[in-house]
Amino acid sequence: MSAYPLVDHRPDVVVVGAGGAGLRATLGLAEAGLDTACITKVFPTRSHTVAAQGGISAALGNMGDDDWRYHFYDTVKGSDWLGDQDAIAYMCQEAPAAVIELEHYGLPFSRTEDGRIYQRPFGGMTTHYGKGIAQRTCAAADRTGHAMLHTLYQQSLKHRARFFIEYFAIDLIMDGGACRGVLALDMASGTLHRFLAQATILATGGYGRAYFSCTSAHTCTGDGGGMVLRAGLPLADMEFVQFHPTGIYGVGCLITEGVRGEGGILRNSAGERFMERYAPNARDLASRDVVSRAMTLEIREGRGVGPQRDHLHLHLEHLGADVIAKRLPGIAETAMIFANVDVTRAPIPVQPTVHYNMGGIPCNVQGEALTRADGRETTVPGLMAIGEAACVSVHGANRLGSNSLLDLVVFGRAAAAHCAKSLRRGAALPEPPPRAVEPLLDRFDRIRHADGDRPTASLRDEMQRAMQRDAAVFRTGETLTEGCAALARCHDAFRDLRITDRSLVYNTDLAEALELDNLLGQSLATIHSARNRTESRGAHAREDFPERDDAHWLKHTLAWVDAAGAVRFDYRPVQLDTQGAGVECIPPQVRAY
Amino acid sequence: MRDAVEGRLRWRCRRGMKELDVLLAGWLDRCWPQADDARRRDFVWLLEQPDPDLAEWLIGGARPGDRARAKLVDEIVRRPA
Repeated sequence: MSAYPLVDHRPDVVVVGAGGAGLRATLGLAEAGLDTACITKVFPTRSHTVAAQGGISAALGNMGDDDWRYHFYDTVKGSDWLGDQDAIAYMCQEAPAAVIELEHYGLPFSRTEDGRIYQRPFGGMTTHYGKGIAQRTCAAADRTGHAMLHTLYQQSLKHRARFFIEYFAIDLIMDGGACRGVLALDMASGTLHRFLAQATILATGGYGRAYFSCTSAHTCTGDGGGMVLRAGLPLADMEFVQFHPTGIYGVGCLITEGVRGEGGILRNSAGERFMERYAPNARDLASRDVVSRAMTLEIREGRGVGPQRDHLHLHLEHLGADVIAKRLPGIAETAMIFANVDVTRAPIPVQPTVHYNMGGIPCNVQGEALTRADGRETTVPGLMAIGEAACVSVHGANRLGSNSLLDLVVFGRAAAAHCAKSLRRGAALPEPPPRAVEPLLDRFDRIRHADGDRPTASLRDEMQRAMQRDAAVFRTGETLTEGCAALARCHDAFRDLRITDRSLVYNTDLAEALELDNLLGQSLATIHSARNRTESRGAHAREDFPERDDAHWLKHTLAWVDAAGAVRFDYRPVQLDTQGAGVECIPPQVRAY
Repeated sequence: MRDAVEGRLRWRCRRGMKELDVLLAGWLDRCWPQADDARRRDFVWLLEQPDPDLAEWLIGGARPGDRARAKLVDEIVRRPA
């Protein structure tokens, strides 16, 4: 065994991650009097939740008619019926209380003239089951995510939660199928820490960086999902990845939908306005899925632009400098900085870009992680998951805008409430046996001393390009099979990794290698799940199986990835019963907008 | 072997927004090695600022009040083509 001195901590609950979900859980736990440790690899208010500027949905009805049942309907439909209706009912019903609580904690929501929380319309949010347009999204100007993090962090400190900042979670400490805590590296001191707790809550976010082009911050490597796979547990619905059509080529920075709304036009290498062929009426204003797919087909058929013909052009020049300055502030700046393009003279290079992961750690409404063995579903004692890291599932096959912040808050709160009810402050825990920790230290040590030929950045690039090519918007059995083989090569190449820095203090080379391992596991789960699901539903579109197939696929994928990179599947039924939540089930229908 | 000071800065260039990650880490690679002490202190100060403020400066066209810090921001957003 590798000789690393271990520093032990014994909180009642350890939360991994300090984005919106992790902080909401931490606050609830500390408020309930549980000794709570929150470990986070970056400072809490620098979590990716900061980037959520749009807002948080809740049927408060401040701007007119609204009802949580309408919100429920929109979310079920948005999920293309893959969402669990009991979980969606819970989220939408709890939304108003969860938002009012945030207000009372001090989140400075934008207000109406008479002092109520202002609400704006958002795509996919309707009233009266699709008939009207809902104004349901609450925001704190354009800083909603940051305001949320700031508020929850301050409140957590007030309730004496303990924060371990710049601690990198390495692996779950598992014993006999139960989770006993987590092993983490303190980046600043280079020491290893065991957090042993009655419950471990993973709030580690999405894994956008598995792809070459993603809108998510560098920190979004889905570390919780990687740890779960190594613990021999499954991930759910990983084939469902949301793309935004216009990320700046090579960087991923978003060019908002509004640009096409104001008359921006996509063109291919022949200068053709290709959207006219795919969506004769809506053209460049068609929905995200349609535009992303059309762009991908143009690229695959050789009509992309650039030396590798792997992206397209978004033109604004015809709008004129005045219109651009007036109606699209910030776009000119962004294009200049990240693409070196003057939008009044030249087009912006763009490509479909990963925006959100619907899949994640399967769990129930209380946040308890789930697994299946011998055809039976069980909870994993001691392990919970919330936020983008989790798959409850409320987003199903596709997520609606402003439902993600809601997911964080509602399920962070629910997980804390569940712990408050089921755990006892200071309850003694059995010491995990050495065999629960030794293999984790050995793996850590092996990666730390990796002296093969492949630098982390080069292998990560190979993985990201394979995912972008074969597991993005265009999916067929053939391309996915090629992608599975490419990912298998990446997985094998990890054994040939080279780490140049052997130190333990702020060793970013090591941290990135650990993150790459997490990304590789989740990439394998994603691409194999996509090959396995022979239908099209929500964000998962198969060219060879263009229809939704409820007879065979109205079920959640569970994917296990073993140490050799082999993937195995099982399934969970989709919950169509709302379990007496006060709303009728919405049976599957054709999803049309 | 990289030193821990640079490792810490590199880690703290990790922000909540992709745009900030790219620009801050880009400057660290490009300009830190030849930056003088005052410039380095300003960069360390910048990393302590909240993400929405950084976003206003780095991608929103605004600048910090201090002239030297404003110049640093100019340098950060001037990415090579």
